[in-house]
Amino acid sequence: MAELKLFRTWSSRFALRVVWALNLKGIQYDTIFEDLSNKSSLLLQYNPIYKKVPVLVHNGKPLVESLLILEYIDETWKQTPLLPEDPSERATARFWAKFGDDKVLLSVWNVFIKQGKDQEEAIVTAQENLGFVERQLTGKKFFNGETIGFVDLAFGWLANLLSVWEEICGVTLIDHEKFPMLSEWIQNFAGAPIIKESWPPRDKLITKYQALHEVYTSKEAPK
Amino acid sequence: MAKNDVKVLGAWPSPYVMRPRIALNIKSVNYEFLEETFGSKSELLLQSNPVHKKIPVLIHGDKPICESMIIVEYIDEVWTSGPSILPSDPYDRAIQRFWAAYVDEKWFAAMRGLRSAQGEERKAFLDQVTEGLALLEEAFGKCSKGKAFFGGDRIGLLDIAFGSFLGWLKVTEKVNGVKLLDEAKTPGLVKWAERFCADAAVKNVMPETEKLLEFSKVLAAKMKGAPPPKN
Repeated sequence: MAELKLFRTWSSRFALRVVWALNLKGIQYDTIFEDLSNKSSLLLQYNPIYKKVPVLVHNGKPLVESLLILEYIDETWKQTPLLPEDPSERATARFWAKFGDDKVLLSVWNVFIKQGKDQEEAIVTAQENLGFVERQLTGKKFFNGETIGFVDLAFGWLANLLSVWEEICGVTLIDHEKFPMLSEWIQNFAGAPIIKESWPPRDKLITKYQALHEVYTSKEAPK
Repeated sequence: MAKNDVKVLGAWPSPYVMRPRIALNIKSVNYEFLEETFGSKSELLLQSNPVHKKIPVLIHGDKPICESMIIVEYIDEVWTSGPSILPSDPYDRAIQRFWAAYVDEKWFAAMRGLRSAQGEERKAFLDQVTEGLALLEEAFGKCSKGKAFFGGDRIGLLDIAFGSFLGWLKVTEKVNGVKLLDEAKTPGLVKWAERFCADAAVKNVMPETEKLLEFSKVLAAKMKGAPPPKN
């Protein structure tokens, strides 16, 4: 029986973080792909409160919430550390990962699903948030410094999903002029072999999000 | 460490501000409590937390640390000679962090909803709050393993995260005329709440319910007068 199982979907940006973390540390694990429209009884048993992926099961014990899973992985397998050692640097990393999930992700998603004046306002908010993130890269190749770490994995979705959403809704949020450091980070992150080999197929992502975009934009009357 | 090397920017009614103060008390660290004036934000706050402009902020030397639970973990990692706030086992740590995040993102969100809701909506939030408490009662049984706190013999991360809301929980009970923590339904939590509030690290920073009730009326009046929040 395998010690480590990861429940994920082919596209989940949150599950991808766990995939990357395990791959970066060279940890072996089994993958169980879930269909979220028909969740397995195991998934519901392991994550009864949120009923979501990712779930990492280690020796029969389930862990949920991607950033918490990353912390668990980092504390259990010490090679290729994801978080820095210094407590204030760790606090900074946790702060930016949280900011990414609480504010950046939502504000970028709003640009994707809204139209007209609502979308214009969403763009302003998203770019303000991205401005804070951009400045964190000053003098660094990755958020973690020379190597990929916790915050890079937390923002990984910016390096693949964002361009999919931008293409579908016709808005460029991160352009080279306004966000030179983020643009370069995207190239560096997306180009790293461990990251690249786990990207979900782009054409499948386009199809999926095109369909979602239609659902959202047909609900709203254009303003 | 000299007292003025550690500062907490905050306000007495805020449950989030209580958290770093409890953590510092557990570690017996002296700190200066800089209170923000209600309705305005100091220069120091805006400089130390330019992203969120919110309390609490811990200023250690010249370094600002933001976000209450991140501050608590920082305190635990810096002052290692004091009692530990997080357990040492990675799985136990993950469980504490999970429930702390649940309390913030799900449970207290329902509590906040209850504050301004009417009619059917109010009932829905109340149901969510009581369901959440049932889950937390179960979590208490598992985490405490028969001991006094979620953290075991001593207050830990989850005690701090959830316990900091007890003042507002009592206010909500009074304002809504309901019993949220109940000897019949949540006996473990009822006793835990008493022990938490009586703990040396908590007593002096937990606001009195009457004071908090008065403040909640001021807050409600201010919110009524304020323009509708933009999403």
